[in-house]
Amino acid sequence: MTNSELSQAIYALFGERIALSEELYDTLVIEVAPKDAYEIIEQLKQDPALSFNFLTLLGGVHYPEIEGRELCVVYHLHSWKNALRLRVKAYLPAEQPSIKSVTSLFETANWMERETYDFFGINFEGHPNLTRILNMDEMDYHPMLKQHPLEDATREDKDDRFFGR
Amino acid sequence: MKMNSTDNLIRLSNGQVLSKETIDGDIATINFGPTHPATHGIFQNILTVDGEKILNSVQTVGYIHRAFEKLAERRPYNQITPITDRLNYCSSPINNLGWHMTVEKLLGVSVPKRVDYMRVIIMELARIADHLICDSIIGVDTGALTSFFYPFSEREKIYELYEEMCGARLTTNIGRIGGFDKDFNPVFHQKLKEFMRTFPAAFEEWNGMLERNRIFMDRTRGAGPISAERALAYGFTGPNLRAAGVDYDVRVMHPYASYEDFDFIIPVGVNGDTYDRFMVRQEEIRQSFRIIEQAYNNLPEGAFHAEVPEFFLPDKKDVYNNMEALIYHFKIIMGESEVPVGEVYHSVEGGNGELGYYLISDGGRSPYRLQFRRPCFIYYQAYPEMITGSNISDAVITLSSINVIAGELDA
Amino acid sequence: MGKIEDLEVINGEGYQLTTLDKAVALARSNSVWPLPFATSCCGIEFMATMGSMYDLSRFGMERMSFTPRQSDLLIVAGTISKKLGPVLQKVYEQMAEPKWVLSVGACASSGGIFDTYSVLQGIDRIIPVDVYVPGCPPRPEQIIDGVMNIHRLVKHESMRRRYSQEYRHLLSEYKIEVTNAENDK
Repeated sequence: MTNSELSQAIYALFGERIALSEELYDTLVIEVAPKDAYEIIEQLKQDPALSFNFLTLLGGVHYPEIEGRELCVVYHLHSWKNALRLRVKAYLPAEQPSIKSVTSLFETANWMERETYDFFGINFEGHPNLTRILNMDEMDYHPMLKQHPLEDATREDKDDRFFGR
Repeated sequence: MKMNSTDNLIRLSNGQVLSKETIDGDIATINFGPTHPATHGIFQNILTVDGEKILNSVQTVGYIHRAFEKLAERRPYNQITPITDRLNYCSSPINNLGWHMTVEKLLGVSVPKRVDYMRVIIMELARIADHLICDSIIGVDTGALTSFFYPFSEREKIYELYEEMCGARLTTNIGRIGGFDKDFNPVFHQKLKEFMRTFPAAFEEWNGMLERNRIFMDRTRGAGPISAERALAYGFTGPNLRAAGVDYDVRVMHPYASYEDFDFIIPVGVNGDTYDRFMVRQEEIRQSFRIIEQAYNNLPEGAFHAEVPEFFLPDKKDVYNNMEALIYHFKIIMGESEVPVGEVYHSVEGGNGELGYYLISDGGRSPYRLQFRRPCFIYYQAYPEMITGSNISDAVITLSSINVIAGELDA
Repeated sequence: MGKIEDLEVINGEGYQLTTLDKAVALARSNSVWPLPFATSCCGIEFMATMGSMYDLSRFGMERMSFTPRQSDLLIVAGTISKKLGPVLQKVYEQMAEPKWVLSVGACASSGGIFDTYSVLQGIDRIIPVDVYVPGCPPRPEQIIDGVMNIHRLVKHESMRRRYSQEYRHLLSEYKIEVTNAENDK
């Protein structure tokens, strides 16, 4: 199966619910509405011809300058049957970054969703234990959001003059 | 631990309810980590045990979270290689070269065949080094400290080979975007030949201590098993998945760096227990060695890097004598090279499984977003399920046999 | 290394005189029991140092003590994040006096390349450090050099140092309780 065949098959299955599809560096990328994401991924997994059986990666991206689509959840699906990868994106508004958890489809999503919550503050509805995973529980912000600085704020021994900042 | 008022039910810390008849001794809570001699790194598992039997486990990770992904958003592309070193530091070259291949994919650069073969040699050496450390640690945790000392002298030889290529032992920063900074030098050739001559015998000597050792087999068989279905559900990749009987290997399904040229087999296990994981890794060492032999004996002639002046540092003498080279040198060092807008996902078969790089470029000097698929992080969440019902000592060898590397786990 | 001749001694027929301070320091310096607190990359190089090629046991240090109660030297090898900081401090507090700390690698010493929100910028913010070993990661030779420097410190340390006002002041700067305060009286 090639990417164009995959694209046709996906359009045949979901039609209008696919907002955008393009091929980027030999991977098909589709965009879906957040409310449809779970259902579409479920069907992609269960469809016998496509059988996207493996969730390779799940993560977030922050686009602060795009209004109403500030946060993006990216799913990398992998169909071992066809040796094909598919990237599914769902954009969320910053005011209500909420999407249905896929942990019931792929148990591996558990920690990846927790990590995404930790980094971006995206709320995965129905997640069994949505708490911080890598950072301290006391942390009061989501560090991967673009507005937060990388550097350690408590550091005194680095003089900005010497480090070109 | 709270005793429930309802007569013979016990409620565990994770909400699980057990009837008292199923409990043999007293229920206790054991802190397995963060600093524990058997954890080989900083992980915390709060085990609820009934005598020696584990009832459940609660994990805490993130103790060495270093913010790689945020750090990568501030660095030019060639300066991200040192960050990748520190992911799975037992096999840094795989991480380095995987990253270079990702950037090459974004740039649309194709590298000469010789670079591919050189990469294969380096990556398979790294895989051997990675598996050697994991399997020797399984030996240590089953009580055989000798098995730690034998392979370490072989590992040192691999380190010496790295040193010839890049000057570093562990965090290698090997290669460049577009190839290598230099060709294999005569000392490398000589040392690699020497390694290829002595390694099989040294390996089999060490392997002989464990592989059919009655004590070792009794100790590891049936410890920490996971079925193929559960392993797949948890997103296992790499040797741990293959030990459960699934022959998924990125090198075969999506060949990169000319892996399709080589003849090797993918070993698979049956039970997915500690012994199978050990055996799969041992066989992978043999197969990696075979690949190295094939790649080295058929090493094509040609350039050791692709023509990508935007990313590949020019020779120092050209920098002094040639205007263009000086400009490129400046651009690379200052991170001003032009990068196309786009997003790529590329993955390589790392020491622990599918090591992926999801790179989003907005054309700026550093990635807009770089996400690593860290196999350890993904499969370590299955650990409580693997050890529930087994003894504490089995939990120890299960942890060492799934080869959790703290750097990769916590990013 | 530890020869009795290194000390200032008075030699007589069949006896040698020296101060108790020096004799104890000599004994201590030749049997330092390390607690490896290895978190990341440096830990692997530390394992290589323990391994067959570099062999740390040449210095009377082959007994890795994984419990802080029975160790003299805390070897911190690797990145210490803010989440791990309290754990490290706890481990240090649990060690019995006299105790020394070897900070291996750039991360433990200063945060290294990880000047990020999650990484502690040097363990000397939470515990006192005796010797710093630079490198990312340091080579085994460098780690051994750091260990030798610790030995030198141990050998020249007065037995009374741990009871001194200065030492107490040092620990109080790190908000660590002095465990041997009673013995001072």
